[in-house]
Amino acid sequence: MGPETLEALQKEAIEEVLEVYPAKAAKNRAKHLGVDTPEGVKGACDKTRSNKQTVPGVMSQRGCAYAGSKGVVWGPIKDMIHISHGPVGCGQYSRAGRRNYYIGTTGVDTFVTMNFTTDFSEKDIVFGGDKKLKKALEEIDELFPLNNGISIQSECPIGLIGDDISAVAKIHKKESSKPTVAVSCEGFRGVSQSLGHHIANDMIRDEVMPDAAARADFESTEYDVAIIGDYNIGGDAWATRILLEEIGLRVIAQWSGDASYRELAIAPKAKLNLLHCYRSMNYISRHMEQEFGIPWMEYNFFGPSKTTESLRKIAAFFDESIQKKAEEVIAKYTAMTDAVIAKYKPKLEGKQVMLYVGGLRPRHVIGAYEDLGMEVVGTGYEFAHGDDYKRTKDDIARSTLIYDDVNEYELEKFVKKLKPDLVAAGVKEKYVFQKMGLPFRQMHSWDYSGPYHGYDAFAVFAKDMDLAMNSPVWNHTTAPWDKEEVGA
Amino acid sequence: MQDVENIVNGQKLFQKPEYQEVLANKKQFEGAMGAVNPAKVEEISEWTKTWDYREKNLAREAITVNPAKACQPLGAIMAGLGFENTMPYVHGSHGCVAYFRSYFTRHFKEPTPCVSDSMSESAAVFGGLANMKDGLRNCNAMYKPDHIAVSTTCMAEVIGDDLNAFITGAREEAEGELDDLPITYAHTPSFVGSHITGYDNMMKSMLEQLNPTKDQKVVEEGRINIIPGFEPYLGSLAEVKEIAGMFSDKIHMLGDHEAQWNTGAGGYSLYAGGTPMDIAKTAINAEATISLQKYSTVQTAKTIKNKWKQGYETCNPIGLAGTDAFVMKLAELTGKEVPEELKAQRGQLVDAMQDSYPYMHGKKFAIYGDPDFLLGLVSFIVEMGGIPTHVLCHNAPRKGWEDDMKAIIAKSQWAEDCQIWPGKDLWHLRSLLFTEPVDFMIGNVYGKELYRDTGTPLIRIGFPIFDRHHLHRYSMSGYKGALNLLTWITNSVLDQLDEETKDIAKTDYFFDCVR
Repeated sequence: MGPETLEALQKEAIEEVLEVYPAKAAKNRAKHLGVDTPEGVKGACDKTRSNKQTVPGVMSQRGCAYAGSKGVVWGPIKDMIHISHGPVGCGQYSRAGRRNYYIGTTGVDTFVTMNFTTDFSEKDIVFGGDKKLKKALEEIDELFPLNNGISIQSECPIGLIGDDISAVAKIHKKESSKPTVAVSCEGFRGVSQSLGHHIANDMIRDEVMPDAAARADFESTEYDVAIIGDYNIGGDAWATRILLEEIGLRVIAQWSGDASYRELAIAPKAKLNLLHCYRSMNYISRHMEQEFGIPWMEYNFFGPSKTTESLRKIAAFFDESIQKKAEEVIAKYTAMTDAVIAKYKPKLEGKQVMLYVGGLRPRHVIGAYEDLGMEVVGTGYEFAHGDDYKRTKDDIARSTLIYDDVNEYELEKFVKKLKPDLVAAGVKEKYVFQKMGLPFRQMHSWDYSGPYHGYDAFAVFAKDMDLAMNSPVWNHTTAPWDKEEVGA
Repeated sequence: MQDVENIVNGQKLFQKPEYQEVLANKKQFEGAMGAVNPAKVEEISEWTKTWDYREKNLAREAITVNPAKACQPLGAIMAGLGFENTMPYVHGSHGCVAYFRSYFTRHFKEPTPCVSDSMSESAAVFGGLANMKDGLRNCNAMYKPDHIAVSTTCMAEVIGDDLNAFITGAREEAEGELDDLPITYAHTPSFVGSHITGYDNMMKSMLEQLNPTKDQKVVEEGRINIIPGFEPYLGSLAEVKEIAGMFSDKIHMLGDHEAQWNTGAGGYSLYAGGTPMDIAKTAINAEATISLQKYSTVQTAKTIKNKWKQGYETCNPIGLAGTDAFVMKLAELTGKEVPEELKAQRGQLVDAMQDSYPYMHGKKFAIYGDPDFLLGLVSFIVEMGGIPTHVLCHNAPRKGWEDDMKAIIAKSQWAEDCQIWPGKDLWHLRSLLFTEPVDFMIGNVYGKELYRDTGTPLIRIGFPIFDRHHLHRYSMSGYKGALNLLTWITNSVLDQLDEETKDIAKTDYFFDCVR
C-alpha cells in the first residue's frame, strides 16, 4: 500500500469515528484528529488541538494532576516520603505500578513502593484535615527517622475544602529541619496529568531550588551533568547513566527515578541539564536556566540512531576529550546494535505500528522502530501540548494519523481501519487489542521488561518487539474450523 | 554490553559488572552527599523489628501506611458491570476512572469498561451539571448501553452535586435520546467506607431504581435472588451458579460480573454477560434473596428486607461449614433434597481434608483482606486445624464483624492464640509478623513486601493480585472451591517444606518424594 492510499485511509478513519458522536462532541473531537506527512506544510502536527478538556462521557485514557505530580515527578524520589493526602483510593491505585526502580532499603531509608495516606473519613472532610496532617507528619518522623523529607500530595477534596497544607508544611519544616513540601496537585486541576507535572515542577522551583545549604559543600567538576525527566522505569536511567559516564561525564543527579532529595538540590551545580521527558520537566529546566544559568538540552535515547545522534549532540557541548570518547563509545556499541538489527530486522521489517502513550514517547520511540525497519502509521499523546506535536513533525516518516487524547472508542476504530501489525499503548488498552489477535506492547512501563533507554536497552527493545510480533500465540486466535481452506 | 546471542532485560543486565559498578558509584556518591548512611540503615532496620517499634507503630492515629483497602467507586463499578449491557459511569474526574480501570485490568488481565464525565476546575466552581448533560448523551451515543450505572467520586461529593436532579436535567435536554434508557445512580464518596461500601451502595441503588415499589410486586413462587458481593474470583461466581442450578432454574444472580472479565480471544466487545435487565427489573418479585457477603450488602439488605418485604438470608459459601449452610439454605428455600452430586462433592472435599490435614494442623497463619473474605477463609483454616494467629481487616465494619469473627475463632482449639486486628494496615501487620511470627501469610499482592521483609511465605488469595496470573479464574466458593483452597494452602506448605530441606547433606532430612 503506497502512502497516498494510506493517507486516504487515515482521513476516512477520522470521518468514520466522528459519525457516532452528537454534533457538539463531534465538532470538538474533529479538532484533535488529523493526518500529517513529513513534507506537509500545515498538517496535524501544526494544527492539532491539545491540552484541552476531555469530552465528557467517554473512556479517556488520561490521568489527573495528582497522577502527574505524585505518580510521575515526586513519587520516584526515593528518600522522601510522599503522602497521598485525602481519601484512601488515589494512593492505593497509584502504588508501585510505574516500575520506578531504585536501590535502597524499602521502609527504612527508601519509600518509593510504599503508600502513605491520611485516609480521609467523613469527619476530616467536615472539620478539615490540617490537624490530622500535622500529626501524620510527626508520626512519620518517629517511625521513619531516615526519611530525608516529606511531600504532601493533595487529592481532590483538599483544595475543595480549603485546607491550608502549606502552613502545616511550613511549621513541620521548621520543627523537623527537614524538607516538607506541600503540593496542591488535586486531580480536578487542569485537564490531564500534565498540569500535575507543571505544579510539581513549580514546587521543586519554590521549595527545593532555594535550598542552597543542600548544595553548599558540593564540589563541582567541569563534566557534571544532570539527567532530567527520566523516571528509571525498568532501569532506564541506569542504562542512560552508564553511557554518559563512559563518555567521561559525571552524572550528579537523576530526576527523579532513583533520585535522592539531595540530587534535586544539587542540579543547579551541573554544567548541562539533559532533558529526556520534555513534557514533564521542561518547566524546571527553563527555571534552572533563568535562575542559575544552567543550559539544557533535549536528547533521545530510544534506538541506536537517536542515541548516537544525541550522544554527539551532548559531547559537542563539551571539549574534544569528551567528543573523542563519545566517538569511541559510539563505535563500541554500534557493532553490537548493528548485530541486533541484523538479527531482528529481517523478522520485523515493513511491519506497521500504532502508538498511543504519554510524555515524550509518541515521538521519541519512532526512531527505535525505524531502526528495526518498522513504520509508525499512527501516533498520539494522552496529555501533550502544542509544542509536543510540533516536535513530532520531525520524527514522522510518512503519512501518519495523529490523535490527541484519543479515547477507547476512537482508538479501537482506528486500529480496525488501519490494521497495524503492532499496537503499543497502555495497560487499559492492552487486552482489547490482544483479544483481536493483535500483538501489543505496553509502552508506559515496558510491559514488565526494559530498560528501553540507550544501546544495551535497544537490544531489549528489539527482542521484546520480536517477542510481541512473532509469538505463535497470535496464530491460535482463529479456530481451525473457522479457517479458510481447511484441508485444501 | 549485551551479548547479542543472549540478550537479557534489566533483571540480568544490571547484574553485569559494568552496571554493578555504575550502581555502586551512585550509591557511594549518595553517601558522600549525605543522602544515605549505611550504619544507620542497619540500626533502624533492626529497631523496626522490635516490640518497642511495634508499640509506637500500633499507636499511630493519623498516617496510614500500606492500606489493605480501596475506595467506594471501585466497588460501584464492579456492581454495575454485573448487569447486562451496562456502562458504569463515574460522575467525577477521568483521573479516578483511569485508576479504577487500570486496577481491575491488572487483576483480571481483561479490559474494564467505565466512563467518566471528566469534571475539572470549572465543575468544582459551577458544579458538574454541564458535564453530566454532555456526558450521558455522549456515552449513550458511543457505547449504546441498555443501562447506565452512575456513581460518584469524592470530588463530586464534596461539592455536593445532586445526581437525581442532574440526571433529570440531562434527560430533559437530550432531545429524547435518553428517554428509554434506565439510568441508576448512587452516591459513593471515597472518604466513607471502602470499595465494599461502594459495591453495596451501587447495588442497592440499582435494585431500588430499576424495580417497582412493593405494592406493585407480583411474587413468583420459587424465585430466588443471589447477590454475590464484591467477588474478585470469577470461578466462585460460576461455582455458586452451578450449585444453585442443581436446585432450581428460578434462582438468579443479581450482579453477575463473571463473563465481563472472562471473554475469549477472537474479537472484543464492550459488554459481556451480566444479569439480564428483565431479571434485574423484576428482582422484587422473588420470594427471597441470599447475599453471599453480609458486609458488602448491608444497605442492600435493608432495601430488600424493609422496602421489598422479602426474605433475606446471608450465607458465606467459603469452606466446609459455609458451603454446608448455603446448600441447606437452598434446600430449605426450594423445598428440595440436597442433590446427590453435591453430597458426593462434599464427601470428596472432606476426604481430601482428611488426607491433607497434617500439613495445616497447628500451622500459624496471618490473614488479611476484606471482611467477608476473612470470615470464609478463617472458618476454613479453623476447620483444618490451622491457627489464624493474626486476622487483619483494614476495612472492618464497625458493627458486627468482630463478633462474627470471634465466634468463628472460638471454635478453634487455639482460640486464645488468635488475634483480630480491625482497622489496621499492612505496616501494622509488619510489626505483628516480626514480634509474633507466623508460618504463612494469606492475602493479596501487597503481602509480597512483607514476605521479603519478614521471610513469611505468602499464599496469594484475595484482591488485588497483580503479580500472578489467572488465580481469579478459580473458585474459592462451594465444595469445589474449598478443595481449591485446600490445594493452594497445603501445597504451599509442602513447597515451603521442600525449600527448607533442599540443601544437600545439610538440611535434607524430610526432603521426601512421597507425602
